[in-house]
Amino acid sequence: MLRQLEGSRAVAEAVAACRPEVVCAYPISPQTHIIEAVGALVKSGTLAPCEFVNVESEFAAMSVCIGAAAAGARTYTATASQGLLFMIEAVYNAAGLGLPTVMTVANRALGAPINIWNDHSDAMSVRDAGWVQLFAETNQEAADLHVQAFRLAEELSLPVMVNMDGFVLTHAFEAVDVPAQDAVDAFLPPYLPRQVLDPGDPVTIGAMVGPEAFEEVRYLGHLRQLQALDRIPEIASEFAEAFGRASGGLVRPYRSEDADTVVLSMGSLLGTVKEAVDVCRGRGTRVGAVGVTTFRPFPGHAVVDALASARRVVVVEKALSPGLGGVLATDVAAALSGTGVAVHDVVAGLGGRPVTEASLVQLLETAAAGELGRLTFLDLDRSLVDGELARMAAARRSGPTAENLLRDLRVVGGRWA
Amino acid sequence: MFQVRFHGRGGQGVVTAAELLSVAAFAEGRHAQAFPSFGSERTGAPVVSFCRIAEVAVRTREPVAAPDALVVQDVTLLYQVDLFRGLAADGYLLLNSARPASELGIGEILARLPSGRVATVPATELAMAHVGRPLPNAPLLGAFAALTGAVSLGAVQRALTGRFAGAVGTSNAAAAAEAYRLVRPAQEALVRAPSA
Repeated sequence: MLRQLEGSRAVAEAVAACRPEVVCAYPISPQTHIIEAVGALVKSGTLAPCEFVNVESEFAAMSVCIGAAAAGARTYTATASQGLLFMIEAVYNAAGLGLPTVMTVANRALGAPINIWNDHSDAMSVRDAGWVQLFAETNQEAADLHVQAFRLAEELSLPVMVNMDGFVLTHAFEAVDVPAQDAVDAFLPPYLPRQVLDPGDPVTIGAMVGPEAFEEVRYLGHLRQLQALDRIPEIASEFAEAFGRASGGLVRPYRSEDADTVVLSMGSLLGTVKEAVDVCRGRGTRVGAVGVTTFRPFPGHAVVDALASARRVVVVEKALSPGLGGVLATDVAAALSGTGVAVHDVVAGLGGRPVTEASLVQLLETAAAGELGRLTFLDLDRSLVDGELARMAAARRSGPTAENLLRDLRVVGGRWA
Repeated sequence: MFQVRFHGRGGQGVVTAAELLSVAAFAEGRHAQAFPSFGSERTGAPVVSFCRIAEVAVRTREPVAAPDALVVQDVTLLYQVDLFRGLAADGYLLLNSARPASELGIGEILARLPSGRVATVPATELAMAHVGRPLPNAPLLGAFAALTGAVSLGAVQRALTGRFAGAVGTSNAAAAAEAYRLVRPAQEALVRAPSA
């Protein structure tokens, strides 16, 4: 049944329908509403049996998930931004040990400068940790991806991260059909662990592995990711059959079949991208879009197939690898190597800067005219940058950059004065 | 698509107002999207929230830059830079004030909006009378329904009682109804005599 509700609430209810037995999380904006709602469902007995473990940090939260998963429990956590950084050692451990926790990341920028708003820097910081990384376009997809994530994680013994844009999705009210309990029960079999701490059949988990077998353990982890590449579209199509709507999968094209210029993007940005594509199509410009739902494992073949007709691809992403450019764009360029398709990186929406339809339309028209550069920072305030560069050239002790820029903009205490 | 921007201060239910408007529109069969302009909100600080109402699914995620209606929950914000930024030439302006709009020192914006597009309602006083707390959002939603017709009063009231259980819900619904009654007659008079 469609209901108008907050994204965080929809995800909390979808997670509860998956019947996690242990939930452990530490609050951080913009994840807080999710975990408050899951906590309330545990407290009210709606989600039972389930233990909600209060801990002192994100590091502890992921460590508890690892322990609970090793004991054979279905486990869930959620975090964002600095919280993800604080748990990063345990994030790698969950994947390295092959324990199937599901984690929501309410995507948010990383400091410094401290910033609570949305971008994908946090997810990109753990790109190589060995987790499956899925990105939701809408709150409906965010809710649905969690159901698929538990199925995938437990089947392959791999942790899965469901990324949803912080605030933009987590705090947005829109219509969501939260997966119903009986349908989720039918879709998601009980967790049968490959490895479990069982006093009746004791094992240790977490051995030190030296040069004799470390590469092999890593290679097996890579194989599990490749298996996920096969299973993700299969699970998505089973989901579509069971729930009657398309969610998840590897990539999703939009008006790209005959497009010369294709925008490729991840997450909620795709909504505004589609509006921009429609505007350009209305003017006769042959553009399209491809949404990347699965970022890790990276669906290189699916990306190449989806871009079959394209002459150029514009990768618009909310992340930056300083000194390189786009992160997603780098993977896309590697996948397209040898095809002759030109790849343009566009870094956009960092730290919550709105990505507007008007800017995207202009970007697409520029790209379609063959006038877009290799790397673009969308809506960059050049005068602000030049002001700081001039200050740095004029005096050695030019002071802290962030404070200088805010002074130039006359922003006080996070607000315009 | 009908786009609404709410301006108020932290603690006045600015975000909740946008959410409830989206719930009311959804209940009437429309597509709706509401979200806050996020910040390190604290009591008293300026807060902005948005709501879009449409006949098709709302895909865009950008903040509302060109609203069809502006709701000002706190008139001390009226003199902020850019408060009216992007408001449509025939947009609606709803103000929380016990005084008429003509006394609020915003002659410039009043002069450029057509008649029947501006209303004030003493939302804080109505909230104090009905709910006992200075939360102007529920009466403003009632007045919004009266001013714009974008949603019905009944849908607003159901959104309020759906969100707040018991007496809190019914007293907010009553406050919304009184605000509706204060604003509606002037709008109906305009409909009867459109040339006036």
